[in-house]
Amino acid sequence: MKIEEAAEKIAAQGESAPRLARDPVNQAMVNNWVEAIGDTNPVYTDAGFARGSVHGGLVAPPAMAQVWTMNGLHGTRADDDPLAAMMAHLDAEGFTSVVATNSEQTYHRYLRPGDHVSATTKLEGVAGPKKTALGEGWFVTTRTTWYVGEEPVSDMVFRVLKFRPPAAEPPSLQVLRPVISKDTEFFWAGTRAGELRIQRWGETLRHPPGPMPPDGDLDLVPGYVVASGRGRVYSYVVHHHPPVPGKELPFVVALVELEEGVRVLGELLGADPETVRIGQSVEVAFLRIDEELTLPAWRAVS
Amino acid sequence: MSTPVDVGTELPPLTIEATPTFVVSTALATRDFQDVHHDRDSAVARGSKDIFVNILTDTGLVQRFVTGWAGPEALVRSIKIRLGVPLYAYDTLTLSGRVIEKTGADVVVEVTGTDGLGAHVTGTVELTLPGGIS
Repeated sequence: MKIEEAAEKIAAQGESAPRLARDPVNQAMVNNWVEAIGDTNPVYTDAGFARGSVHGGLVAPPAMAQVWTMNGLHGTRADDDPLAAMMAHLDAEGFTSVVATNSEQTYHRYLRPGDHVSATTKLEGVAGPKKTALGEGWFVTTRTTWYVGEEPVSDMVFRVLKFRPPAAEPPSLQVLRPVISKDTEFFWAGTRAGELRIQRWGETLRHPPGPMPPDGDLDLVPGYVVASGRGRVYSYVVHHHPPVPGKELPFVVALVELEEGVRVLGELLGADPETVRIGQSVEVAFLRIDEELTLPAWRAVS
Repeated sequence: MSTPVDVGTELPPLTIEATPTFVVSTALATRDFQDVHHDRDSAVARGSKDIFVNILTDTGLVQRFVTGWAGPEALVRSIKIRLGVPLYAYDTLTLSGRVIEKTGADVVVEVTGTDGLGAHVTGTVELTLPGGIS
């Protein structure tokens, strides 16, 4: 409803103020266009032919109508541009992608070099939400009229689909991802490098890492040690429910007391819940999830 | 065009190789600087396979196709197009057309442009054929 209300409001504002083209219709831009498009019609480029033609002189390709008033490389849309206003509303509702779907141009006369066109645009309406191959979206229709002075020379009904792109493909190995903060980024940089790094405040090790030492001394700056990666199961749980992305149930999560004295959590890989025991020797393993994330885990040592 | 034009007359097809140079040069010649028409990395980041042709170019190609058949002095009255699948760089577009209405020298041509993915552009062009041909 909100989108329709916004559309009604914008449509009620009617035509935007005329925007004058950067350049009058000119041969250089026509030449660039016909070269790129591959249109060899001599009425656009051959003055002699054009003079003897139905036009009596050079004309611009009708299909260039919209080109003259394009915003250009550094152009910004006018404040009263109804398409931009409607796009902003749809962006805010999550319909962030856009694709042009329809262009219906009508030419009242051919333009000639020197004609300086201006354009006005009004919002004709919106339709949606519609399910499309690209995602759910709204069709936004505008009408643009081009003038030379007061004379309308061409017009266009233009329609775009403003859509919500479907959620990105899940990564091949989907896991619950940790929140990585300034205090913990060294730890995750370590796992990526195959090191189990333990935060160190002076002589004191702390895990999980935090913003200050256990005694609260605000003047200390943290470092880290690289743990041997060996330890013993201090405690564990067998996780039966609920399901966890990327895991087969049940699995064992072990709290391991490292040789260095701190305790670190991780999955005990390949563990049979029936045979896990307190005191069991384990060593660290690194599970590479993707470029960004490597998770620490444990493996039993026989 | 020496043969008579009637409803049902087929236009000779036109094939366009959408090379990257074609995609970029037409985008810039139509003053469309959206990155998806000239920057492959950006186009891929936005979910496209490659850079693709912009809608202003489609209007231009349809005009070229129809006037190439009707002759340089045909008068184009309107070009109405609808886009389907994208036309990516390295694909080939084949335009075909057929006269679907005719009143004196005024005709309506139905145009379809197909690329490797399917129907890229469909639409109609109203034009007045050059004097003497009807």
